[in-house]
Amino acid sequence: MKGLFTSKVKVLESNINEFLDNVCNAGLILVEGVKAYIRKNTERFEQSYNEICKLETHADTVRRDIKQKLYYNMLIPESRGDVLGLLETIDTVVDTCEKVLEQLSIEQPDIPEEMAQDFIELSELSGKAVDSVVQGSRAFFTNIKMVNDFVNKVHFYEHEADQVEKILKRKAFTTDKIQQFSRRVHIRYFAEKVALVSDVAESVAERLAVYAIKRRM
Amino acid sequence: MMLGTLFLLSSGLFLGWSLGSNDAANIFGTAVGTRMIRFKTAAIISSIFVIIGATVSGAGASHTLGKLGEVTAMSGAFTVALGAALTVLWMTHFKLPVSTSQAVVGSIIGWNFFSKSPANWESLSTIFGAWIFSPVLSAVFAFIFFHIIKIIIDNSRIHLVRLDSLTRWGLIIVGAFGAYSLGANNIGNVMGVFINTSPFHDITIGNLLKLSSVQQLFLLGGIAISVGIFTYSKRVMLTVGNNIFKLSPLTAFVAVLSSSIVLFLFASQSLKTFLVSHGLPSFPLVPVSSSQAIVGAIIGISLAKNLRNTNFRVLGKISLGWITTPIGAALATYILLFFMQNVFGQTVFTVG
Repeated sequence: MKGLFTSKVKVLESNINEFLDNVCNAGLILVEGVKAYIRKNTERFEQSYNEICKLETHADTVRRDIKQKLYYNMLIPESRGDVLGLLETIDTVVDTCEKVLEQLSIEQPDIPEEMAQDFIELSELSGKAVDSVVQGSRAFFTNIKMVNDFVNKVHFYEHEADQVEKILKRKAFTTDKIQQFSRRVHIRYFAEKVALVSDVAESVAERLAVYAIKRRM
Repeated sequence: MMLGTLFLLSSGLFLGWSLGSNDAANIFGTAVGTRMIRFKTAAIISSIFVIIGATVSGAGASHTLGKLGEVTAMSGAFTVALGAALTVLWMTHFKLPVSTSQAVVGSIIGWNFFSKSPANWESLSTIFGAWIFSPVLSAVFAFIFFHIIKIIIDNSRIHLVRLDSLTRWGLIIVGAFGAYSLGANNIGNVMGVFINTSPFHDITIGNLLKLSSVQQLFLLGGIAISVGIFTYSKRVMLTVGNNIFKLSPLTAFVAVLSSSIVLFLFASQSLKTFLVSHGLPSFPLVPVSSSQAIVGAIIGISLAKNLRNTNFRVLGKISLGWITTPIGAALATYILLFFMQNVFGQTVFTVG
């Protein structure tokens, strides 16, 4: 019976790690995808887009599996609600990353050269926010004292991403390289979309901070 | 003859039942309430270990209780146990915190007054001392264990899921230990007053297992406690534990471990012998209240957490119970003895 119980624990632990690996990879693919799009490397971009689509489906499957195991085996009854809440909200990070690449793939906005670096920087900051929220989530499971450090990092990257987003939006409406108003709006829309990833990461981090307080002994 | 004996023992068995239905919640209450352990598992484990504790190690604490007032007539013992049981039932009914140990001691004092036989003041002061000391000791243990476990968890980087699994096993192990200690320490409350009038004779089963008359009495009492656990403790378990301070499974582990050690210290004859033989101070073998031990442990944990979220009103109410229970039980027993002697014409004490 003990062996059976230990294996359940091990499987669940590895499922949670696998899910968090997926979220972390989604952040990395987002950055790579945005870079490939800006550099007009279509093949690389489409590869990233396909990867993130598969990743999103897989992440959903793993999350559902964790949920079922938690309830079916009556594991962690005290923190079950918080763990599921955390996994569900962090899953929206993956969804948001996928949506950014999907809309880039469909709408194909024309991004002027002078804004290319800002877009890359914005995606990198969002990617860092995702990475930090994943590390914070890992700390929630294994090293509760560290959660706040990662939550603070997420806040920092989100704030930085906000700054770059504002710069991009100003540039979109002041540059003389774009003539059509609709194109200016289109670029503003994409700046908001890429920055949204860091906003979602921040809202997960806020929940994480509360869950960490509740978990402290 | 058998039916008559059983009838006279029935008040003790009733007391055992109410002890099982109330005190098992002190051991497994939070574990069952937080769904860490199924009620059925908790009931089976606690029943088995209560019976083992009562039969194997129940003699020590019962001896001190026996010295307090040697109830020499079976009808007197019946009335003493009935007085205690009714006090427990009445106080439970009005949701007042109650300790079976204090009710029994109060009842014996009531018998002492009625029979005009002087109480053994040495035993009484030992028992009173243990009542004050046991929750304090439990609080100290809980305070220390809380900090040790916190340090271990903070530094071991153990995964939440694994920690949950370990906590579950920990709750089962300390629960079994707690049930053993409860049986050993509290069986005296249930059957102690019947020792001098035990209707049983020593028996040997297959040349291997020898059960003295007192052990048979304790076995019967242990079974009564188990019946209490199975039939009534679920309700109590599902509502207990969060009154003074909300316990998590991990803090419940600390609380049960601390209170179980205290109950064990006040019940184990072999530990006492070991301590005395090594020239160390030993603990008197006295029935202490498992409820007060757990309350002490919860206060210890609450102190370790700087008294955050502690309900002092409930604490005050519990402290009041420490005074009202023995006085109420003494009064109830005195009145019952009066009726038993003068209305039913029973001999409730022998002059000798």
